Amino acid sequence: MHVSVTVNGTRREADVEPRTLLVYFLRETLGLTGTNVGCDTSTCGACTVHVDGQSVKSCTMLAAQADGREVTTIEGMASDGELHPLQRAFHEHHGLQCGYCTPGMIMASDSLIREAGHPLAEEEVRIGLEGNLCRCTGYQNIVKAVVAASQEMHGAPASA
Amino acid sequence: MAQTAERVVGTEVRRKEDPELITGQARYSDDLAAPGMLWMKLVLSPFAHARITSVDVSPALQVPGVVAAFGGRDLAGEWAGPLPTAWPVTDDLKNPPMYPLATDEVRFQGEGVAVVLAESRAAAEDGAEAVVAEYDPLPVVLDMEEALKDGADLVHADLGTNASYTWTLTNGDVDAVFATAPVVVKERYVVQRQIPAAMEPRALLAEYAPAMGEYTLTTSTQIPHIVRVVLAAFVLGIPESKLRVRAPNVGGGFGSKIRVSPEESLALVLARRTGRPVKWTGDRSSDVLTTHHARDQIQEIELAADEDGRIRGYRTRLIANMGAYLLLVGPGVPLLGAFLFCGPYGGEAYHFECTGVFTNTTPTDAYRGAGRPEATYAIERAIDALARRVGRDPVEIRRMNFLPESDGPIPSPGGLTVDSGHYNGTLDKALELVGYEELRAEQRARRERGDAKQIGIGFSTYIEMCGLAPSRVLGSLKYAAGGWDAARIRVLPTGKVTAFVGVSPHGQGHATTFSQILSDDLGIPVDDIEVVHGDTALAPLGMDTYGSRSLSVGGVAVHRAADRIVEKARKIAAHELEVSEDDLEYVRGRFSVKGAPDRARTIPEVAFSAWTAHNLPEGVEPELDASAVYDPENFVYPYGAHICAVEVDTETGQVDVLRYAAVDDVGTIINPQIVDGQVAGGVIQGIAEALFEEAVYDENGDLLTSSLTNYEVPAASDVPSIRIDKTVTPSTTNELGVKGVGETGTIASPPAVINAVVDALSHLGVTEMARPATPERVWRAIQQAKGGAA
Repeated sequence: MHVSVTVNGTRREADVEPRTLLVYFLRETLGLTGTNVGCDTSTCGACTVHVDGQSVKSCTMLAAQADGREVTTIEGMASDGELHPLQRAFHEHHGLQCGYCTPGMIMASDSLIREAGHPLAEEEVRIGLEGNLCRCTGYQNIVKAVVAASQEMHGAPASA
Repeated sequence: MAQTAERVVGTEVRRKEDPELITGQARYSDDLAAPGMLWMKLVLSPFAHARITSVDVSPALQVPGVVAAFGGRDLAGEWAGPLPTAWPVTDDLKNPPMYPLATDEVRFQGEGVAVVLAESRAAAEDGAEAVVAEYDPLPVVLDMEEALKDGADLVHADLGTNASYTWTLTNGDVDAVFATAPVVVKERYVVQRQIPAAMEPRALLAEYAPAMGEYTLTTSTQIPHIVRVVLAAFVLGIPESKLRVRAPNVGGGFGSKIRVSPEESLALVLARRTGRPVKWTGDRSSDVLTTHHARDQIQEIELAADEDGRIRGYRTRLIANMGAYLLLVGPGVPLLGAFLFCGPYGGEAYHFECTGVFTNTTPTDAYRGAGRPEATYAIERAIDALARRVGRDPVEIRRMNFLPESDGPIPSPGGLTVDSGHYNGTLDKALELVGYEELRAEQRARRERGDAKQIGIGFSTYIEMCGLAPSRVLGSLKYAAGGWDAARIRVLPTGKVTAFVGVSPHGQGHATTFSQILSDDLGIPVDDIEVVHGDTALAPLGMDTYGSRSLSVGGVAVHRAADRIVEKARKIAAHELEVSEDDLEYVRGRFSVKGAPDRARTIPEVAFSAWTAHNLPEGVEPELDASAVYDPENFVYPYGAHICAVEVDTETGQVDVLRYAAVDDVGTIINPQIVDGQVAGGVIQGIAEALFEEAVYDENGDLLTSSLTNYEVPAASDVPSIRIDKTVTPSTTNELGVKGVGETGTIASPPAVINAVVDALSHLGVTEMARPATPERVWRAIQQAKGGAA
C-alpha cells in the first residue's frame, strides 16, 4: 500500500506491505536508523518517535497509520546545526553510555517536558520515563539531564 | 602552541563518543545493509529436551521471497568443529559438542534447528514459520541438585552424568581450622538465574568476497578478535587472515556479547553458499532464549571463627548451572569468584569447590562481574550471619576482620596478592555518606512505634579482582588464551594522533578515557586524538573487553606505546637541537634544552620531521609510530563499602531502597564522570538482581520470563538515585595506578540490599531472605517468622 508521511519536515512517500511497522518504515524504507528496536513487546521505548508532536513507540504503530501525519525522529531534533537542549544535556550530564536507548529517551523526554509545561522534578522525570528502559546508566544521569533540559526549555535557572 | 596547558587526566572531559549517539547517526549492527543482502531467521526448538524426528524445510521454500532454507543436517558438513569452550577448567571436564544447528536432539528451549534466508525481514519470518520440525520429547532436567543425584535423567545421555567438572582450591589446613574453631556458621544461598538483557539484541551482517575468499563479519560483540580466531580456526576451518571482524557501535554487552555464536557461524557459511550478504537480527523474544543467561548458583559457605567473631577459615561448595552446553568461558565463570569467598577479610585456611552441572536450560556464561558478584554475595551475607551469631554489629565484625591496610601488595586467604587497600577508609566515608547514625535512629524509632513500614540497613564491603589478566595465571587456570592487550599509536605528520587499540567498547567511553591518557603523555589536545577500535583489520592485535580490563590492561598498553613515542621523539629532538638526549627535559609534549628552555621541539614538530625524514639521526626510522603489548603481572583489586537502606512494608512485603551509598576505591581515576556513570549503572543493575530480576522456567523447561514484560529490567521509576564517593589508593599492579570500575557496582550491591531487607525484619526474627526479594517472598518470610501460615 502507498503511504505518505512527513518525516522531519520532509514529505516521504513509499509503497509498503500493509503489515509494515512504522519503525521499520523509518529504519528500512527511509534509512533513518537512529530510531532503534530493543524489544518486540512495546516495553523498552528505544523506538520512541513523535507523531503529530506526541511520543509514540513506533513498534506499536503501522506505517499505514502514520499516513498523512507528521513524524519526528532523533535525526530531526537538532536544527540548523544546533543540538536540541536535551541532546546537549545528555552529553553534558553523561546521560548515555552505549547510546542504544538514547534516541528513544530523548524523544520521550521531549514530549514529557513539553506536555508538563514547567521544569520537572526528579520524581516527575522518573515516573514520566517509565516506558523507556536503559541498562547502562542506572538512570541517574538521564534523570539529571532531563531535569536540566526541562529547566532550560521552560526558562528556569539552569541549576542541577 | 601544541602543548596542552593542563593535565586532563582526572578531569571530567565530556565524552567524544556522544555526538553521533545523541543525533541518531551512530551505526549499530542492525543499522547496516549491503547490496543484495538476504535476511536470516532461525527456527528455534520450542522444547527444552527432545529428539528431532524430522525437519522439513520444503514448505519454507514455497514462501514468496524465501531463497534458501536448511536443517541442521543439511549444514553438518560445513563445520570444522563444534562451537568451542575456551576454558576447559579441568582435565576431565565433560564438554559435549554444540553445533550452530542441532541435528538429532535439542537440549534447551531456543536451540536452533533450521535456518531460512529470504529477500526481506518479513519473508524470512514467514519462511521460518513454514518450516515443519517434529520432535519426540525427552525428560527435562532443570533442578541442579536433582540433576546430580544417581539415576537422574540426563541432558547428555552419552556422558552418563550431568556433572561437567569439579574444580577445587585449598589453602592452609582447612579441616584443622574447622575442627578447632569455637564458632562455625554454615549458610546456603541461591543466586538466581539472570538474563543480561543488553538493550541492543545481538545482530550481525556477514559478507563474502568469492574471488578473494574473504569474509567480513560485522557483529554486535565485545570480542571481535576472539571471534575472529575462534570462528576461523575452530568452527569454519578457514585461514584467520581471510576473516575480518568488525564491532561497530555496540548497544551494551555486560558479558552477554562475549560469545562466538551459532548465528555468526551460520551467516558466514550461508553468505559463502549463496554468494550474497546475510543479515541477522535477534528480536528480543529469541534473544532471551539464545543469548546466554548467567549466575544460577547454589552456594554453601561456612565460616570458622573465634568466639569474638574473628574469622579463621572459609569453606565454600558451589553448584553452578552451565545450562545445556559449555559456552565460550562458561565453565570458568565460577573460577573468577573462586578466590573471593573471603572478601577483604583475613584468615588462615580456605577451601573452595565448584561443580558445573548440565540442565535443559539456556547455557550460562559471563554477566557483569562474572563469578565475583556470586562470591561477594556469599561472603557478605555470611559475615552478617556470623555477626548475629557472635552478637556483633555488622560494621564492627567487618572492621575486625579486614585485611591489613596497605599501599602495597599483601596476600589474602584465597591465595591472591592484593595490590593495595584501605578498607576502613571506604567504610568510614560510606557511613558518613549514607547518614548512618540518623538511619539507625529512625530505625529504632519505627521499631518502638511498631510502624508497618520498617527500615533496614545493609552492608557490603567488597573486594574484587579484575583487569583480566596475567597470561601466566590464565594458563595455570587452563584458560586457552592470554590476558594481555595491545595499542599502536601514530602521531600523524600534522600533529594529530590516531590510536589503534585492542579493547573493544560498548558504552564505556574508551575513546575519551584513552584520549585523556594520550593527551597528558603527548601534549596533544583530546580533540586531536582519534581512537580506533573494534576492527581486526585496523587494530589487529587485541584481547577485547570484559572483566574490567579495558583501562587496567588496554589503557596501560596505550600509555606504554605513548612512552615509546616519546622515547623515539626524544632522539629526533636531540638530533635537531644538537644536544644529547640527556640534556633534554620533557613535559607534556615538549622537549626543551635544560638551561635554555626556549630551545625546544614539540611532539607535532618532531612528528613532521619523522615523516619528511630529511634529517633523522643515524639508525632512526621514519614515522613517529609505536606499539606496545602489555601483559599485567597481577590482577587489580577494586574494593569499597556500599551501604543500602531499605524501607520494607511489613504488611505487603514491598521493598523500597531509601538511600544507597557507594564508596569505591578504583585506584587512580582518569575521568570522574565516566567512573561515576559506571558505578551508578552497575549498582542499579545489582539492585535489580536483588529485588526484581529472575529467569524462570516452568516444569517443562519453557522460559516463562520470555520478554521484557515479564523479565523485570527496572525502569527509572523503580530505582533510586544513589550517593557516590571515592577514595583513591593507586594500584601497584600498573604504572597508571588504575584498577577497574566496570563491574564494581554489580558485584557490591546485591548483598547490601538483601542484608538491608534482613536487617529491616530482624526484630521479627527473619534471618533468611531469598532473592530476588519480591513482595511475595518478603511477605512470606514475615509470616513464617511470625509463625503464621505462609
